[in-house]
Amino acid sequence: MNSILNLQEVNKIYQSGGRDLKVLDNVSFTVEAGSTMAIVGPSGSGKTTLLGLCAGLDRASSGSVTLHDTRLNDLTENQLAALRNRYVGFIFQNFQLMPTLTAIENVMVPLELRGEKNVRPIALDLLDKVGLADRSHHYPTQLSGGEQQRVSLARAFSNQPQILFADEPTGNLDAETSEKVIQLLFDLNKQAGTTLVLVTHDLDLAAMTQRIVRIKGGKLVSDDRI
Amino acid sequence: MAWRDSRRSRSRLVLFISSVILGIAALVAINSLGENVRRNIDTQAATLLGADLEISGNQPAPTKLRPLLDSLGEDRSEERRFASMAYFPKNGGSRLAQIRALEGTYPYYGELETIPAEAGRTFRDQQQALVDQTLMLQYDAKVGDSVKLGDVTFVIAGVLLKAPGQTGITTTVAPAVYIPLRYLEQTGLEQKGSRINYLYFFKYAPQTNVEQIVKKIEPRLELDDFDTQTVQGQKESTGRSFEDLTQFLALVGFIALLLGCVGVASAVHIYIREKLNAIALLRCLGVKSSQAFVIYLIQIVGVGFLGSVLGAALGTIIQQFLPVVLKDFLPFDLTTEISWPAVGQGVVLGTLISILFALLPLVSVRNISPLRVLRASFEPDSTAKDPLRWLIYGLILLFVFFFTYLQTNDWPEAAIFTGSILGAFLLLLAMASLMMGLVKRFFPSSWSYVWRQALANLHRPNNQTSILIVSIGLGTAFICTLILVQSLLLKRVTLSTSGNQPNVVLFDIQSNQRDEVLSLATKQGLPIIQSVPVVNMRLEEVNGLTAADLQKDTSNRVSYWIFSREYRVTFRDTLTEFEELKRGSWQGRYEGEGLVPISIEEGFAERNRLRLGDTLTFNVQGTLLSTVVGSLREVDWGGVRTSFLVIFPAGVLEEAPQFHVLLTRVESNQRSADFQRAIVQRFPNISIIDLGLVLKVLDELLEKIGFVIRFMAGFSILTGLIVLISSVLISKYQRLQESVLLRTIGASRNQIFAITALEYFFLGALAAATGILVALAGSWGLAKFTFKVDFTPQFVPILLVFLIVSGLTVLIGLANSRGILSRSPLEVLRQDV
Repeated sequence: MNSILNLQEVNKIYQSGGRDLKVLDNVSFTVEAGSTMAIVGPSGSGKTTLLGLCAGLDRASSGSVTLHDTRLNDLTENQLAALRNRYVGFIFQNFQLMPTLTAIENVMVPLELRGEKNVRPIALDLLDKVGLADRSHHYPTQLSGGEQQRVSLARAFSNQPQILFADEPTGNLDAETSEKVIQLLFDLNKQAGTTLVLVTHDLDLAAMTQRIVRIKGGKLVSDDRI
Repeated sequence: MAWRDSRRSRSRLVLFISSVILGIAALVAINSLGENVRRNIDTQAATLLGADLEISGNQPAPTKLRPLLDSLGEDRSEERRFASMAYFPKNGGSRLAQIRALEGTYPYYGELETIPAEAGRTFRDQQQALVDQTLMLQYDAKVGDSVKLGDVTFVIAGVLLKAPGQTGITTTVAPAVYIPLRYLEQTGLEQKGSRINYLYFFKYAPQTNVEQIVKKIEPRLELDDFDTQTVQGQKESTGRSFEDLTQFLALVGFIALLLGCVGVASAVHIYIREKLNAIALLRCLGVKSSQAFVIYLIQIVGVGFLGSVLGAALGTIIQQFLPVVLKDFLPFDLTTEISWPAVGQGVVLGTLISILFALLPLVSVRNISPLRVLRASFEPDSTAKDPLRWLIYGLILLFVFFFTYLQTNDWPEAAIFTGSILGAFLLLLAMASLMMGLVKRFFPSSWSYVWRQALANLHRPNNQTSILIVSIGLGTAFICTLILVQSLLLKRVTLSTSGNQPNVVLFDIQSNQRDEVLSLATKQGLPIIQSVPVVNMRLEEVNGLTAADLQKDTSNRVSYWIFSREYRVTFRDTLTEFEELKRGSWQGRYEGEGLVPISIEEGFAERNRLRLGDTLTFNVQGTLLSTVVGSLREVDWGGVRTSFLVIFPAGVLEEAPQFHVLLTRVESNQRSADFQRAIVQRFPNISIIDLGLVLKVLDELLEKIGFVIRFMAGFSILTGLIVLISSVLISKYQRLQESVLLRTIGASRNQIFAITALEYFFLGALAAATGILVALAGSWGLAKFTFKVDFTPQFVPILLVFLIVSGLTVLIGLANSRGILSRSPLEVLRQDV
């Protein structure tokens, strides 16, 4: 299988109170295209930092990150943004919908940002898949948490990403809603054949992926394939 | 607790209050100015009049009155004041000026300020004149050149800078030329029928009770139609007019303050929303709802007080510059001092009004449940139903009402102002919502995402779009109305002189000069559009009752004020095309039997409650003439033409002392100048009004008044921009989140920049368009109903205002959003953006 994401000896150091704080320490792994993987670890272990580096939201202090055969270290901010727009989808713990846009407009954003026209039918189709076609003209504040996360799912898949990063996707949802959202996430992922990398505390959720990477104190401590 | 809770947000709290700083500054500046004006009038009152007593009338003091005048005061001066042409032989220029022929040492207080300084005293001894500096500049005249008035040429002894009671405005309209009185007769300008004011000035020993003397002599003077003015009277009338001006300016400043307060209410609303969880936590820890309310109330009182103190300090600085802005309206030198009452009033007012407006969002603090800590969005906002909110709305209205009353001392006026403010705010808000709705509804959905996102951002939760549109829109409306009305007025005058309408008016033509003037005009190929005789007269009796009788009998239908004016009357045998007989019958020629049937203008008759059949006795320079109201006419007052309140039939006034008015049309400025020169050289007593000059004077006047209006509009726009800055900074957190999210899902820096810039452009454009629409509607109303001209607004200056307001909004918005554009997208994954 081809790799879509490759990390080689990645280090991330932050300055904190005049001291260097090593958040990631020599992390290396490869993610195969179409696979699913969970990054787990205690709070403050560096999970979110790792996800940010993988998705090109931040730069490594040293080491290299390669996404879709492109070395992220060499790209400018705008090139990184274009790459994310083309190949990456995101799902966030707190949904992160644009409050000023309706559900359907939120789903259309990634496609419109790359200048595509007539994207409304695509967005409507995706909303239909997440069961929200009838609420397409509602604003985020008019939707429940579960519904907002479903809109976020539809948006994440709208640009047909090669890789999807999910950061605690059920962190803000109750158990019943979480179950539905996870089911939807894995179904859509399967249909689209997208690579899925998710960060979670939830070991049950992690167990649904093919591979679990454990982080502790910024170091990769285990890499289990299920 | 209030202090500790505010620790991390004090700078933001001060920012909220910044929008009232300017309003308070405006009020303190203007009230300080009012106080300084009052103080200056008190100390300079004598120099406003220049004497202790002034007696004035439209005729020379009759011989029988002379002994009385000669017995008054310790020192006496005399002046004749009238309009006449000043001719500058050096370059052949001539212009209508106010001639003041002076005898004696007047002014007794203050001085005629001149360059050179001694000219104000020495010109009286020789055949010399003092010429107003506007005239000197216009005709490039120098001290030592000459000016010709009537038949006499005077050497210009000095440039007149200031005379008692004179303002920049009065010198623009009627620049003065002072000459010694003893040369007046030689000028030949003092002829029968000329409109001359006769003034007598008196100086008394200090401590003399002039008011008491006036009380004694007034009835005698009134018999001969002479008026009196004392230092106290002058103080009161000058004070009253400036009271009106400062009142007006204070109310405009108050509007800026109210706009700022709406900004405060909206900012505090957002502040409280961000504090919801902290408040819920405090409630969990046992804080009562009333205690939570007090914690935030104390914070608001603190920043309200601080903002007001800053505003008062700024206002005190601004008031140092107000005399420069208002110099053309002030007849005295204005010295400024810190006015502690104005500063105190500003601080109290600012604190109170900040609290009142902040209370609106603050009352919601009482309803925050501790359960919110456990579950976000625990309950819907129910404050709209809170009866306390309505109480606060009522208190705000009452406050506005009482503040206005304090400024105007007039209950109905205060009620009208409060109602108008409420109406104007609601109208602007309605306009703002309508504009937003229309743009949202009709904005092309095919336009790119960047444009649509920028527009959608105006609806961001907790947005301050409406208040920004209202405040910036109001300022724009002020400025545009000014531009539109200015062009309307100029157009009104220009229109009156277009086509075959007359554009040059000659008056004070004596009967023996009339034929020669007509032939001179005809020789120059100028049309005689109108040539009308005018007779000056005063009213002695109405239905057998004198002014004194009517003053005693207040129940009489006829108004006493009918006696207070001088009547300029014409006589002819036909009505003109601009007059329409409404009631009674018009008799063109008087055959010598019975009372003379005259025609009265309908509106004038209504105002003074005159009816057909009323008898009026006129005093035509000593001769009494009994008349009866035979008809009422409607007169079209528009256009350049002579119109009269009272018309006599032919066959009565032909031999009365009279002057003639001639209206003609001159096609070019050069021909007009040639014609005027020929007239002034041949007939120096004739006065000429050139409509070209009137246009120029009007333009200058409007420019001066406009400056004051622009100054006040500036407060409103600046308040809007400060509300904008605080709104941008307050919503920074949300903007950051949105911008970072867009970066995360692939937006380029340019796209984010374009969205931000376009958002502010939409905001500025909507605000400017709202203001312009209000101004257009108002000016249309003025054009249609007041000026009665077609409304064809000038779009270039309006477009410029639109671009400047929109551009300024974009600049300020972007300048305050710099940090947002450069944030790392990783922050979207973290909570502490």
